[in-house]
Amino acid sequence: MFDKIWDAHVVHQVEEGPQVLYIDKHFVHEVTSPVAFLGLENRKLSVSRPEKTIATPDHNVPTLDQALPIRDALSRKQVDQLTRNCEKHGIQLCGLNHPWHGIVHVIGPELGITQPGMTIVCGDSHTSPHGAFGAVAFGIGTSEIEMVLATQCILQPKPKTMRINIDGDLHPGVSSKDIILYIISRIGTGGGTGYFIEYAGSAIRNLSMEARLTICNMSIESGARGGMIAPDEITFQYLAGREFVPKGEEWEKKMAWWKSLPTDDGAIFDKEYHFNAEDITPMITFGTNPGMGLKISEPIPSLDSIPPSKRETFRKSLHYMDFNPGDSMLGKKVDYVFVGSCTNGRIEDLRAVANLIKGRKKAENITAWIVPGSKQVEKQAHAEGIVQILEEAGFKLRQPGCSACLAMNDDKIPAGKYAVSTSNRNFEGRQGPGARTMLASPLTAAATAIAGYIADPREILEIKMY
Amino acid sequence: MPIDKFKKLRSTAVPLPIENVDTDQIIPARFLKAIERKGFGDNLFRDWRYDQKNQPVKDFVLNTPVYSGEILVAGENFGSGSSREHAAWALFDYGFRVVVSSFFADIFKNNALNNGLLPVQVTPEFLEKIFDAIKKDPRAEFKVDLENQNFTIAETGENFQFEISAYKKECLLKGYDDIDYLLSLKEKIEAFENQQG
Ligand code: SF4
Repeated sequence: MFDKIWDAHVVHQVEEGPQVLYIDKHFVHEVTSPVAFLGLENRKLSVSRPEKTIATPDHNVPTLDQALPIRDALSRKQVDQLTRNCEKHGIQLCGLNHPWHGIVHVIGPELGITQPGMTIVCGDSHTSPHGAFGAVAFGIGTSEIEMVLATQCILQPKPKTMRINIDGDLHPGVSSKDIILYIISRIGTGGGTGYFIEYAGSAIRNLSMEARLTICNMSIESGARGGMIAPDEITFQYLAGREFVPKGEEWEKKMAWWKSLPTDDGAIFDKEYHFNAEDITPMITFGTNPGMGLKISEPIPSLDSIPPSKRETFRKSLHYMDFNPGDSMLGKKVDYVFVGSCTNGRIEDLRAVANLIKGRKKAENITAWIVPGSKQVEKQAHAEGIVQILEEAGFKLRQPGCSACLAMNDDKIPAGKYAVSTSNRNFEGRQGPGARTMLASPLTAAATAIAGYIADPREILEIKMY
Repeated sequence: MPIDKFKKLRSTAVPLPIENVDTDQIIPARFLKAIERKGFGDNLFRDWRYDQKNQPVKDFVLNTPVYSGEILVAGENFGSGSSREHAAWALFDYGFRVVVSSFFADIFKNNALNNGLLPVQVTPEFLEKIFDAIKKDPRAEFKVDLENQNFTIAETGENFQFEISAYKKECLLKGYDDIDYLLSLKEKIEAFENQQG
């Protein structure tokens, strides 16, 4: 599937070098784009295909009082600059308070901008979720943004391909976030470097579109360029009728191409893994990279079990978290819970949280930030009564944006505090200087918010453990 | 913006024997609010370099006067995480021209090459040798010859033949950049668009 899409977009092969790849859709946000627009201006160029570019401010924006001017002067400047650049070059902008506003990787799929067979880029490493539709989607740097703005093309060496098969049935209380944390804990944060991953197998086929987005989203955490899942009936049903999806005859034409995309039987991948869905339980990270994940009931590994060359990094990581080898994760005290981000800020995630907390109360020691991925998610949460359930349990729904995922706005976890987060990175300081992050699924985050310490959602949901 | 031409280099090096150095560490997100490309070097490795009271952390390598130079030598999987090109800008702005590691994250590698910062990937064994040389003598010198794709430990003469795509090598040596190249393909790109319909 990867080869079919990639090869169909190669404009030119540089001798002994990369390929020139044509880009169908380019997403832009406020943080990585200003210098690219500046570069364009310095060369006296305009955007070559403005209709193939779509922009939204998400990284920097506050998640409260969005109707007011942004208080932080630097953030305001970046957001204003994005608005000016879009106006000048005729680019569709989903600005703050626009009904389509949201995190760039949430709005692409929900508006139907993201479609199978496309090449999609964004100046953001988490561009990979779009691959859940059977698209080739990957993150790029600012120089590359400038290339795409100027020429709608990019120079890229072709990555190798990897397939990860997950077969079998998932246990109740286990979600797609647990699948991807499990995979990364097995293949490591460099395990995917140089590859484009295709996720396959019956456990993947049975996932909803939104759950697939979560998996592809974190492909980059294994080092991979991107992740993808073959389009099928679930994909087509999700897309039908969305804003930017072609209608009528055009839809039929597209369908024919989309249906031809899945990998042919017998195709050979440069690397292949097989995992069993039944082996996966709720997962949580204990260290400072996403590969340092565990089954929630397992203890932190002992120093002896770590290869000598990796011990220094391991020790440094535990020191930052103030954890000890052998510690149990269950029962550890937590101060903050963050539900949101392009990994788990969609309506299904909020539904999962609402389902668990309904009729329960948030623990006193927990500060919870629940941040929808987009305006549309926010609206839907109101319509479905999720907001009411949240409020009854002592939570509050904030306004859309990246928020505490990278803490560029005011949503920072204070130094030394512990957060269970549904985002994708637990690097040192990612959620604020000195913040200690543990990645988990929305269900585990919700269970923790109710308990006040790290809790297994299956216990709260009273799912019988096997 | 055309990049600086990459010249032959002989320099001491700064050792950072840590694995998985991610771009959030190279330049934390809160310093990404600029709308121009300058001054990022001041915040390079900010949270390792300064404590919470903004005082320099004494034993961090950039604060230890015995280490200096245009080469940074780091542990495996350097530059993972966020795609922020600011990481490459910060390293370059600080004065580094070469980063050596046994493994680089993909996006970081592209970003570095697009900004005249040379990522040199060596084997884990050779990386150990470099770290050992610096441990023995913090003023140990290294030679980087891009033309011949050679990285040499000056004192012992041990050298490593590193890989780089022929196209990228040419760009770095001549100071060309990709956008000029893509612009020169305008007609080809238009022909592709027409045929796509
Ligand atoms: S939510 Fe987090 S990972 Fe997603 S785009 Fe925003 S900052 Fe990046």
